[in-house]
Amino acid sequence: MEAAVFILSLVDCCALIFLSVYFIITLSDLECDYINARACCSKLNKWVIPEMVGQCLSTMLMLVSMHWFIFLLNLPVAAWNIYRHMKVPMGNMGVFDPTEIHNRGQLKSHMKEAMIKLGYHLLCFFIYLYSMILALIND
Amino acid sequence: MSTAGFNSQNGTGTGQTYANGPSQNPVALQQLPGVNYGMTHQPPYNPMQAKAPIPPGPGLYPSGPYQPGPPVSAYQPGPPPTSYPAPPGQTLLTRPPMGGLPPHTPPQSASPSPGPRLPPAQATPPPPPVSSSSYYQNPQQPQPMAPAWQYNTAPPMMGPPASMNAPLRGPVANHVNPAASSTATLPPPPSSAAAYSSAPPAQVAHGAPQPPGPSMPPTSAHGYTQQGTVPPPMNPMAPHAYQPSRAPYGPPPTGPPPTMKPTPPPTGPPMANATPPPPKADAQCGGVVNHALPPTEPNCQEGDIECPGTVAGNGPQAPNSYNHVDNKMAGQPQPGPPGRHLGHYPSLPPGYQNTSTPHNATSPMHPAMQAATQPYTQAPQPYQQPHGGPGPAQLSPSLAAMSLQSSTPEALRVVNLLQERNLLPPSPIPAPTPCLPQDLQKINCHPEVFRSTLTSIPQTQSLLNKAKMPLGLLLHPFKDLSQLPVVTSSTIVRCRSCRTYINPFVSFLDQRRWKCNLCYRVNDVPEEFMYNPVSRSYGEPHKRPEVQNATIEFIAPSEYMLRPPQPAVYLFVLDVSHNAVETGYLNVFCQSMLENINSLPGDSRTKVGFITFDSTIHFYNLQEGLSQPQMLIVSDIEDIFLPTPDSLLVNLNECKELVQDLLKSLPSLFEKTMETQSALGSALQAAFKLLSPTGGRMTVFQTQLPNLGVGALQSREDPNQRASAKDIQHLSPATDFYKKLALDCSGQQVAVDLFLLSTQYCDLASLGCISRYSAGSIYYYPSYHHQHNPAQVECFQKDLKRYLTRKIGFEAVMRIRCTKGLSIHTFHGNFFVRSTDLLSLPNVNPDAGFAVQMSIEDNLDDMQVVSFQAALLYTSSKGERRIRVHTLCLPVVNSLSDIFAGADVQAITGLLACMAVDRSVTASLSDARDAMTNAAIDSLASYRQSVLTIQQPGLLSPACLRLFPLFILALLKQKAFRTGTSTRLDDRVFAMCQLKYQPLAYSMLMIHPALYRIDDLTDEGALNINERTIPQPRLLQLSVEKLSREAAFLMDAGTVMYLWIGRNCNPNFLTQVLGVPNYAAVPDNLYLLPELDTAESQRTRAFIGWLRDQRPFFPSLQVIRDESQRKISFMQNMIEDRTESALSYYEFLLHVQQQISK
Repeated sequence: MEAAVFILSLVDCCALIFLSVYFIITLSDLECDYINARACCSKLNKWVIPEMVGQCLSTMLMLVSMHWFIFLLNLPVAAWNIYRHMKVPMGNMGVFDPTEIHNRGQLKSHMKEAMIKLGYHLLCFFIYLYSMILALIND
Repeated sequence: MSTAGFNSQNGTGTGQTYANGPSQNPVALQQLPGVNYGMTHQPPYNPMQAKAPIPPGPGLYPSGPYQPGPPVSAYQPGPPPTSYPAPPGQTLLTRPPMGGLPPHTPPQSASPSPGPRLPPAQATPPPPPVSSSSYYQNPQQPQPMAPAWQYNTAPPMMGPPASMNAPLRGPVANHVNPAASSTATLPPPPSSAAAYSSAPPAQVAHGAPQPPGPSMPPTSAHGYTQQGTVPPPMNPMAPHAYQPSRAPYGPPPTGPPPTMKPTPPPTGPPMANATPPPPKADAQCGGVVNHALPPTEPNCQEGDIECPGTVAGNGPQAPNSYNHVDNKMAGQPQPGPPGRHLGHYPSLPPGYQNTSTPHNATSPMHPAMQAATQPYTQAPQPYQQPHGGPGPAQLSPSLAAMSLQSSTPEALRVVNLLQERNLLPPSPIPAPTPCLPQDLQKINCHPEVFRSTLTSIPQTQSLLNKAKMPLGLLLHPFKDLSQLPVVTSSTIVRCRSCRTYINPFVSFLDQRRWKCNLCYRVNDVPEEFMYNPVSRSYGEPHKRPEVQNATIEFIAPSEYMLRPPQPAVYLFVLDVSHNAVETGYLNVFCQSMLENINSLPGDSRTKVGFITFDSTIHFYNLQEGLSQPQMLIVSDIEDIFLPTPDSLLVNLNECKELVQDLLKSLPSLFEKTMETQSALGSALQAAFKLLSPTGGRMTVFQTQLPNLGVGALQSREDPNQRASAKDIQHLSPATDFYKKLALDCSGQQVAVDLFLLSTQYCDLASLGCISRYSAGSIYYYPSYHHQHNPAQVECFQKDLKRYLTRKIGFEAVMRIRCTKGLSIHTFHGNFFVRSTDLLSLPNVNPDAGFAVQMSIEDNLDDMQVVSFQAALLYTSSKGERRIRVHTLCLPVVNSLSDIFAGADVQAITGLLACMAVDRSVTASLSDARDAMTNAAIDSLASYRQSVLTIQQPGLLSPACLRLFPLFILALLKQKAFRTGTSTRLDDRVFAMCQLKYQPLAYSMLMIHPALYRIDDLTDEGALNINERTIPQPRLLQLSVEKLSREAAFLMDAGTVMYLWIGRNCNPNFLTQVLGVPNYAAVPDNLYLLPELDTAESQRTRAFIGWLRDQRPFFPSLQVIRDESQRKISFMQNMIEDRTESALSYYEFLLHVQQQISK
């Protein structure tokens, strides 16, 4: 059972890692002017909700399986994702807004955020991996 | 090598022949209607020429450089150790040579300050940052205040090093020292040299031509100008005028200086020689420099234009402070009455102000000028003298010398705001002059086009953070210019790596190579560029118009087109619902269109189309061959389609009659309509479909909240909450429909201009997005009604006329480049930011302003100057692809005092307003208000801590920032940001839009209106323009205290003017100007001054007309009696007074002081 939880988390985590990498690549494309802001934002906005769902999923899994430490590790990120999605002003076209992304250093802060998430997901990946192996051995 | 080129030029003196360039690179001057730009010419020019010859020794030739051998030698007579790195080979190119004549170093070359000064300077060379900084107190201590704004993206590291180079703090004022240091540094390091050298080439060029033949100068230099359409006399002077003049400068200074010196008491005569102020010195002494320039008229051009009348100086707009100064200077070299300068604001005698208005205004601005001591000497001269006097050139050197000595520039004079009451200068404030070597400054971009908040760029981000002032640029790139050099060339020379256009601030390493001033890459000079069409000579790339003008326009070859240039296409989308018909705007619109249909910008390909809408969309088939326009109604607004895509947009020339028929019948067509709904969203989609194949301009008239179909909006305003002190909601759009559509439009090169004429809430915050992101403009006429509100109708008519006939550029993009190390992090204005430095502007119009905020990413350690270049690529209405390039060059400084000395308080205010608008939308209004207040507190606190050496009680501010708290208070009381006063949401949002996209000159009037007393206008000090005498009353503070019952006052608030009549107003004024027998008879709704045949009436109307002529929109005039209901709107602008919900100016100062001392 426990192993299944971690295997699922691991898969989820892999998806999130790929997503983070995708965010970083797309944002750096924008930075280098390979794609235009509009295309970039519509690409990225599509993945904001999947990312949020993926993060919440692993959080919920940890909660349900009562792994408190990992749950607490996941909670802030999930909360941030939800908050970020909720606070988008009505007139904006999503978390990434093509008219704003070049203003006030938003591009940089999005980039930074994606980097941090990548690091975090990698950390989680190894934790899940370790926990999974542990669980499998215990079984 | 290059010499040959020069010689030939000089020797031949073919000046005029030059005029015709080779066919390949013809240069033409284009005259643009409208605002005068700097380029126009001054008459005084000639005097200069006379001077040019002066350079006796060197001989006709630019010999300076040549004969003496290495340029260096020529200049620096005194100081043996020439700092110039310039190798002998470069001689030609380096500027220094120009000075040729006298040993004195020309101002530019100044850097190596030869004179007595020299030694110290060199000693100082130490690059800035390093030195220890005992000078300032606690240089490193972080400011107590939390940064209100993130001016810069970079984190606020307080770099200890940055601020404190003060090393030089000898007895001399801070600013001086830095200058010296900087200068010193310049010469030695090769890198710096390069930077420098850039300057030189330009000079050389000029110098060379001029000296040779006195007669020559005008013509030769500008040879190409002649080609232009401009009248011959003018041409030479105009754009290029400077150049010729420059050469003269160099020389004159040397000779005359001695004489002049007397005035500048501080400096000894030797100093004068020394004067060749190091670059910095110049900067600081901006004023001085200017003076030096005077001879050069070219600078003056701008000023001249405005005020042909010599005396008056420029009108309120006074474009360049220096110009004025120059002019005046030119006239009288002699020392005038001392002290005037100092006195400027407070003490000026009234009479004085009138005459010299510009000057006063200017004085505060020129940091350099105002060295405390010198002011006396200099000031006087400007006033009295008509330009053209011989003296000026000579003055300059001496002045420069003085500046060096003076301890503090006027800009840094300490002002105790709590004690000095009359800080407002009597005439509008000109932009400060950057502290650049005068030859650079001469060709620098005009401040109305390109302006920086800090005219001295800090060396590091940490230094900038310490100064607590925003760094940014304000642009007005498509401004109507009276003269603009236009170059046609098959190759446009650009840097190969950063694509910067060649400009006056690049450096020529030799004849064949130039170094980019933005990325420092060395590029080859193409063969074609070696030929100068102006002078018809070969081998003088640095004399090409591209290298002589900071503002220039290229006719772009086909590489600059993604598709064939589009025709001018205009589509009008008209609201014809019941509500719209009620307002009666349709008549006015159709009438205006009929009147102006022939002056729509365009060529034979111009297309027009019309769409009307209420709950359905009506198209008009105007195809040729129809006997009358055919209306096609589409009622399926959910899925809009074009009934006959080919015949809805028609060629204006071919179908003009049908169009006229339609315009005549349109108003009556919908007279009886009872349809109240408005499907704006669908109409916009239809219009977008219609325009997307070609791109063009969509003009939308809307009179109510769109309430049907896509893009329908709900009323979000609660009138009862208007005045509540709580936060204002709904400043951001309610839906992203309009934004998305605007981005689609932008992608298809369609711009949407919105005219909102409404009586009720229309949710401009949402609707405005359609224009904001498609680079359109927004016009708003609250309470528009054809009968009830005649003032608005007049306004609408005039605006419409301007709108229809003004210049327009299609499918435009603007790129703003800056020197490596600087980057742009926020943009303000109407456009879509396509990539980090590229703005997409489907249309560009001459009334649009832009602002950007900059941050310093890499330290600018080894740079003396940085440059910014805005390049606007557009398709003209004639189907030509053109590129307008503006380049601005600013000095880099490394001490806080220099940064403060270069602060441009108006630009800072303008940029803060933009930032505050953003903050209101993204955070909240109260946040934005706090941030603005903190901006004032922080910068003054920083000044107090880091720059002031002596701590005194009171609220101290440098003179250049003395109006900062006032402007901040004005912003807090501006419609956009005020709280506690009932303000309609749309009014507020519109004010915010205006602050963001209006050019600075107009938004400043909105922020801080100008108040004049006009019942006692006299001709004293009046301007004389086109035979009209325009009185120049002085500016008054916005306080009820300044009002008097016996008088009448005019308040100019940008888009509206109020004429307030006191209860006991001078009966003479009532009868002679208003044409009413007594006060009681003044009608309540008076929007026009009667045209009476009295001197008073003429004066008043001339003055008001002149104010109106200065802006592209039409300010309506409201005559207000003391007990009128509309008095409130007048009194709301009395920003120095206390209101129920806002502090008075004095209270605000106390608040600021309290916060600072906390």
